[in-house]
Amino acid sequence: MTATTTAPVAAPPAPTRRGPNARLRAWATRAPLLPALAFMIVVTQLPFVATVVISFFDWNALYPNARRFTGFDNYHQVLTDADLRHSVWTTALLTATVVLVSLVLGLGLALLLDRRFRGRGVVRTLLIAPFLVVPVAAALLWKHVLYNPEYGLFNGLLHYVGGPQPDWISDTPLLAVEASLVWQWTPFMMLILLAGLQSRDQQQIEAARVDGASDWQIFRHLTLPHLRRYLELGALLGSIYIVQNFDAVFTITSGGLGTANLPYTVYQSFYQAHENGLASAAGVLVVIGSIVIATFALRVVSSLFREEVSRA
Amino acid sequence: MNVVRRGGLGLLAWVTGIVFFLPVAWMALTSFHSEQDAATNPPSFTAALTLDGYREFFGTGGGASPWPALVNSVVASVASTLFVLLLALPAAYALSIRPVKKWTDVLFFFLSTKMLPVVAGLLPIYLFAKNAGMLDNIWLLVILYTSMNLPIAVWMMQSFLAEVPVAIIEAARVDGARLPTILARVVAPIALPGIAATALICFIFSWNELLFARVLTGVVAETAPVFLTGFITSQGLFLAKVCAASLVISLPVLAAGFAAQDKLVQGLSLGAVK
Repeated sequence: MTATTTAPVAAPPAPTRRGPNARLRAWATRAPLLPALAFMIVVTQLPFVATVVISFFDWNALYPNARRFTGFDNYHQVLTDADLRHSVWTTALLTATVVLVSLVLGLGLALLLDRRFRGRGVVRTLLIAPFLVVPVAAALLWKHVLYNPEYGLFNGLLHYVGGPQPDWISDTPLLAVEASLVWQWTPFMMLILLAGLQSRDQQQIEAARVDGASDWQIFRHLTLPHLRRYLELGALLGSIYIVQNFDAVFTITSGGLGTANLPYTVYQSFYQAHENGLASAAGVLVVIGSIVIATFALRVVSSLFREEVSRA
Repeated sequence: MNVVRRGGLGLLAWVTGIVFFLPVAWMALTSFHSEQDAATNPPSFTAALTLDGYREFFGTGGGASPWPALVNSVVASVASTLFVLLLALPAAYALSIRPVKKWTDVLFFFLSTKMLPVVAGLLPIYLFAKNAGMLDNIWLLVILYTSMNLPIAVWMMQSFLAEVPVAIIEAARVDGARLPTILARVVAPIALPGIAATALICFIFSWNELLFARVLTGVVAETAPVFLTGFITSQGLFLAKVCAASLVISLPVLAAGFAAQDKLVQGLSLGAVK
């Protein structure tokens, strides 16, 4: 930590003297960047390299002397182990469901909030609230206060209409986790899409309306194409965050009932089973999955970013 | 016809807003109920209000006190946010006002680190902490939270500093102002609201974090989310206590989030959306 923060701080702009000092000046320009860059490389890249190395070893922390190099054995084991394969599938399903549902709901809400009506600011604030509940607290709220089969709010409300009294978490464990995550992530999607809606070219929409275009035509041919990249951005950022989700799975089902996703599995295999090598191999697989998503995400962010830069 | 439709859509917005807020409202109401009233079916909407849930949570009822965990969370969140600002401000300066060559590549390097899942580095960090005797040490979390938030902060601050017109800076320089003066008098007033929003968002992410805290802390350095995991298994009648705990621990995030509302999207989308 200290080693990374001792690099020189911002040097004043070099005096405008001509000379061989160009290289020095270039370093003076770079200097303010170096502490942050060095810090990130040490804290995020080195551990990952270590993970890759460990993933090639048969290494159970309870038997440290039996550690040995095994090549791709761990990967083979991860990919052929039924439980682990299932957790890969669970991760994909959980991520896709939560992202798609909250994206659709978020789009609906953004369209509703893009219009003027009384109390719009209040409704916006109400909608953001779920996103601002600490994730563990939100998961506890759903697990105990809403889903509880005996005295949870859902069954309480169903009681009024004489409906059934399901045991939500036992009957539909994955759906239970997904619903709580959709509740938290819909506001996020709404915020991104609302920003997209509000950056539309109003004159163009006015012109289309004057030319007799219907609301649906305007939505289909002007709004949706404009929103496309915001939808992509929401989907990709949502995927990056939800692929990594640990809190909800850990809290609501403790990874049981077939809801263990990869982050939970990695956590469990080294924290409880002490299988360092296997955990690392699974971790590397999560990273490969993320890189696929991230490549697309970076492309979308970069196209939005370059547009902003060229507009400025 | 149009008026009816417009009113209808406004009403729909209100209804969905209330539906989404309902779990939070119910959590708040339940936290003020007695344990008996909190655990009824059908739910008791109009039961008498009491502070018992909060008394239980704060440990006057005999359970473990949440204060050490809350203090740890404050230390981890505030200290890591300060470190983030300290590292990100100069970096953002070198990426916007006096940009280095290939500054967009550097910016995207920061972003790409954010896409590396936490679990990928967890084990080596755990092993390192164990060997360095830093397990259950709040400063380890401070370092990790700094790295977790630094990319977001660099991106956000880069976009805020880029909003400072170059012409003003040039004019000040021509008038003979030196760099510290320019930073304090010209750049800071324009960029300050953005810097504040960045700090609030970093605070929120650090406050919420569970996986690192769960794996790397134990008794001494336990944070508030780890304290909450103590409620995962049911313990008889404890709904009011759970709700009180969840609400108290979420309050700082709710406050910071509402304060940073306008800049929230920008932070969450890593500066891609303004």
